[in-house]
Amino acid sequence: MESTATKPQFSEAAQAEIARICKQYPEERRKSAMLPVLHIAQAEFGGWVSPEVQDLVAEVLGVKPIEVYEVSSFYTMFNLKPVGKHVLEICRTGPCMLRGSDELTAHLERITGAKVGGPASEDGLFTLKEVECLAACGFAPIVQVREKYYEQLDTPEAVDAMLTELRNQVHRPALPWEENGLPNAVANN
Amino acid sequence: MGRKLLTEHINVEGIDTLEVYRKHGGYRSVEKALKTMTPDEVVEEVKKSGLRGRGGAGFPTGMKWSFLAKPEGVPRYLVCNADESEPGTFKDRQLMSKLPHLLIEGMITSSYALGANTSYIYIRGELLYVLRILEKAIAEAYAAGFLGKNILGSGYDLDLHVHPGGGAYICGEETALLESLEGKRGNPRNKPPFPAVQGLYARPTVVNNVESIAAVPVIVNEGGDEYAKIGVGRSTGTKLISACGHLNKPGIYEIELGLPVEEFIYSDEYCGGIWKGRDLKAVVAGGSSVPILPKELILKTAAGENRLMTYESLSDGGFVTGTMLGSGGFIAMDETTCIVRNTWNFSRFYHHESCGQCSPCREGTGWMEKVLHRLEHGHGHMEDIDLLVSVAKQIEGNTICPLGEAAAWPVAAAVRHFRHEFEWHVTHAKEAAQPGAVYRANGVLV
Repeated sequence: MESTATKPQFSEAAQAEIARICKQYPEERRKSAMLPVLHIAQAEFGGWVSPEVQDLVAEVLGVKPIEVYEVSSFYTMFNLKPVGKHVLEICRTGPCMLRGSDELTAHLERITGAKVGGPASEDGLFTLKEVECLAACGFAPIVQVREKYYEQLDTPEAVDAMLTELRNQVHRPALPWEENGLPNAVANN
Repeated sequence: MGRKLLTEHINVEGIDTLEVYRKHGGYRSVEKALKTMTPDEVVEEVKKSGLRGRGGAGFPTGMKWSFLAKPEGVPRYLVCNADESEPGTFKDRQLMSKLPHLLIEGMITSSYALGANTSYIYIRGELLYVLRILEKAIAEAYAAGFLGKNILGSGYDLDLHVHPGGGAYICGEETALLESLEGKRGNPRNKPPFPAVQGLYARPTVVNNVESIAAVPVIVNEGGDEYAKIGVGRSTGTKLISACGHLNKPGIYEIELGLPVEEFIYSDEYCGGIWKGRDLKAVVAGGSSVPILPKELILKTAAGENRLMTYESLSDGGFVTGTMLGSGGFIAMDETTCIVRNTWNFSRFYHHESCGQCSPCREGTGWMEKVLHRLEHGHGHMEDIDLLVSVAKQIEGNTICPLGEAAAWPVAAAVRHFRHEFEWHVTHAKEAAQPGAVYRANGVLV
């Protein structure tokens, strides 16, 4: 018997959004909705996609679980391990490096206590992740948090302003199909 | 001041709404094309305009359109490549977030020309906030009758959707993009068949960059011949240049093709010179994949001519002394920049982004990154320098998609123009490994 106790479920609002997205592709090409649905899943379930969540995505799309796993592991935006409340994605590519991304990363590691590629900070607030070019090179250095770009983080003041804003976010910002944002997940690394 | 064909109204309050966009002449090309022109006439105007693909390859857009197979009763697709990921390039993000209706208008007019009834904008996943802006604008366009059934009473139907990626540079390659749009890993396809014959869902498909599509409305409105009057030779029209790195005024500039590079870098109308009063050392003119050039060669060709912002002038001298216009991602580096470190950074990027299908790229990018890492960190050998060139050569031309070349060219060019700096990293390994250490011709560290 399959246990239903821990099986994740999409909220009604997310289900409606998924139904809308699936209509964008030919009926027999429902798999096309893979990436948009994975994005919704990550936003719904605490900023990462567990194997159970990926199985749910497979079920919703009518594909085999392996078809989801091979996609989620290919694209860098999907977190396959639990993360802190806020994932700071720091651009490390050339143009950002020229404008101080290495220094920014070191600074963020110092003040949050988290390490790039490591677990979240002890307070569970921040996960640090280095990413490749975010296409905002003229406003370097840059950090992306969920759907927001924080740009020109070349002064301690700019970094502080970003961290203060994030610390004050009880809920993540609402997505277009939601009335309210969801509570931020509690990190459990 | 050059003409601004795309961005003239970019800073107008509310230009992201259909109402304000209409007030500034928006959607005229849809009315003109659907009411007074046949699809082939639209294609003809784009051919006459000389518009070349703005994503980086510079292939004539009208010609690409004319390759589209049109078997009876088979749907065909237009897919907009908004997967802007080439380091140094950030023009499409700006264009889409500020002028969403310009891209939508271009998509409608272009889809009509190609006979597509369903079109997609594939936008990189990191830009989900721009996807929201586009979806809002698309809803407005549906409500105003510019999308959906029987657009403006013309009998033409079009549905337009935005599709997010998931974070993968390789999806900017058009067949990887199509795989990704089908819900798979972004592995580039073997060609032929080309997308024009078998693209999305194995149907005939055209894939065009955001900026190329955004140029279609002005071409339809003013005519291809008018558009072709701007620019120099086969570099017609305007181009968005995204300027970054050590410039006083980094940002996005719409230039008329033909502008001298020197004016672009130093004039206050554009980048305003190099920051902190420093000297320019090198430029990567068209996104990280194109060969880096030292100051002397980016300002003037080897023959001493002024280098111009055109496809032809930037590639004058081939890869020996020239480079490429590419995507218009213009990265300027001041005199304190370590070329070895920068090359290592780019190599790390390509290694990270290689999809892994082809051994020369999968293994070669990792190998180059490793060798560059040891050179930069003081553990390199003199032979490593030629080893880099050799690995780069063995990747080039031996892969399914151009990521191989994109990874090889920057390394080969850095060694070509800055070999002394690589050698210095071996002969002065300890000093070179210090944070911030930079080779200077007179041997003094910064």
